[in-house]
Amino acid sequence: MSALSPAVSRPVPLGRLTVVELRKLADTRAGLWLLIVIVLATAGTSVLQLGWADESEQSFPAFFLFGQVPSAVLLPVLGILSVTSEWSQRTVLGTFTLVPARGRVLGAKVVAGVLISVAATALAAILAAVATVIAGPLGGAASWRLEPSLIGQSLLLQAVFVLMGIGFGTLLLSTPLAIVVFFALPTVWSVLGSVVKSLSTASEWLDLNFTSQALTNPDMTGGEWSRLAVSATVWVVIPLVAGVVRVLRQEVS
Amino acid sequence: MIEVEHLTKRYGRHLAVDDVSFTCEPGTVTGFLGPNGAGKSTTMRMICGLATPTSGTATVSGVEYRRLGNPGRQIGVLLDASAQHAGRTGRETLALAAVTMGLDTARVPERLRQVGLEGAAARRRVRAYSLGMRQRLGLAYAMIGDPAVLILDEPANGLDPEGIHWMRGLLRGFADRGGTVLLSSHLLREVEVVADRLVMIGGGRVLMQGDKAQLLGAAGTLVRAADPVALDALLDRMGVTGSRCADGGVLVPAGPQSIGQAAAESGVVLLELRAAGSGGLEEMFLRLTAKSELEEVSR
Ligand SMILES: Nc1ncnc2c1ncn2[C@@H]1O[C@H](COP(=O)(O)OP(=O)(O)OP(=O)(O)O)[C@@H](O)[C@H]1O
Ligand SMILES: [Mg+2]
Repeated sequence: MSALSPAVSRPVPLGRLTVVELRKLADTRAGLWLLIVIVLATAGTSVLQLGWADESEQSFPAFFLFGQVPSAVLLPVLGILSVTSEWSQRTVLGTFTLVPARGRVLGAKVVAGVLISVAATALAAILAAVATVIAGPLGGAASWRLEPSLIGQSLLLQAVFVLMGIGFGTLLLSTPLAIVVFFALPTVWSVLGSVVKSLSTASEWLDLNFTSQALTNPDMTGGEWSRLAVSATVWVVIPLVAGVVRVLRQEVS
Repeated sequence: MIEVEHLTKRYGRHLAVDDVSFTCEPGTVTGFLGPNGAGKSTTMRMICGLATPTSGTATVSGVEYRRLGNPGRQIGVLLDASAQHAGRTGRETLALAAVTMGLDTARVPERLRQVGLEGAAARRRVRAYSLGMRQRLGLAYAMIGDPAVLILDEPANGLDPEGIHWMRGLLRGFADRGGTVLLSSHLLREVEVVADRLVMIGGGRVLMQGDKAQLLGAAGTLVRAADPVALDALLDRMGVTGSRCADGGVLVPAGPQSIGQAAAESGVVLLELRAAGSGGLEEMFLRLTAKSELEEVSR
């Protein structure tokens, strides 16, 4: 048998796959609108603060942190869709025929998810800067001082929830199921943790809603980091790994 | 080149594909025929690494599909034309495939034109495509990497007569340039014009396979007599058993020469005497599949 050309035998580079996955996030109406809504809502947070917040709170860090909220809530949905839509629309058939190394495809989805959360953080920073400039003449504090540690922590906050979305999507492979479970399960757990006495210690360590709040305060303590690591393992790493195993084994039809 | 060896797939207690072996050579079109549930799609999914065989192997161009890093440049696959994102445009669907394969997206408009999806159709979302348009997009998708092998599951499904004719020309040209084609269908008629070889399966098993010409020749002779009873008696005396067709003719597993001779000698008036060809093959195929289903039931 004649040897196959390297163009055929060599794996598709991860960079190229990531470009494809980023493109897929925005090339359907659902994905594009989700991105537009995130941009508008982020701008909306600044408008809200300019109009109604205390003047002392009209500072760059305040605009920046509040501006993260829409993407923290909605980007995970984009992460879920990037996986589950392949199954609901059955494009996975084409995706895995073009790239039989399924792990690489999922890897590219993860990288694309991280990149999009970086972009969301950058967007929040730009819009916060604009809002700060506007706040000055309007009598706001217009302070620019942002604790440096908050930049990295904000990025991490975004990435953690996007990856959690991708993890739930990969594990459940169904859009409605993944979205409901993504939003409902952590909330149920938070409620249980605060109501049931015997669960309160466990919930301190395993409630990602709670442990991730530390990321919005400058200079996290060691204890806060370990609690975040433990809860992120449970809510992000485990679903992601289990989901990858499921997809690698699954029959596609 | 596609080589399938003893491919078997079991779902629970059900054998969907049972020890299937065949080879598709470069320069040929192989028609993969079988009724609903015969195991055609399952076999193709195993060839393309989407399903894991219970046993047996399949290679394309000498390599197991899953070991190809960038198979789109070697093998074009269309397993289900409906499996495209409804919210994506036809153009974007092809562009994604091109980028994945490391190809310039500049080729996309020309490829869409080749399958008759130019202009507004290319910019429309797949949701708004008819089944035939999806099938055309699927063919463009399969061929955008200029592959040497094509694996197509019921590509004629949903195409209009003009479309079927166009697709036959496309596949014939592809094979004549040295390509390998495996295409499945329920209908012999749909593929017999373009196929060089036929593989017929039923109940997961290969019922017959071979060169089309050879199979057509082996299908026997169609005889119709003015007096059917006299014909039956004649065939009895010749020691052959025919099977009755719907139109009153009898399909006989013997050559036209010997039957004509015997009829002339015993004075039986024949109204029709000809090689059964594809009609006979279809008949034979139906009988074989009916039999394999009976065995299935009695098992
Ligand atoms: N994922 C699955 N789980 C269980 N059984 C399956 C699965 N996929 C296929 N089968 C069974 O395997 C058999 C062969 O199915 P297959 O789809 O390969 O047939 P086919 O020849 O493509 O039929 P059609 O002409 O209807 O497309 C059927 O009996 C089907 O029920
Ligand atoms: Mg099928």
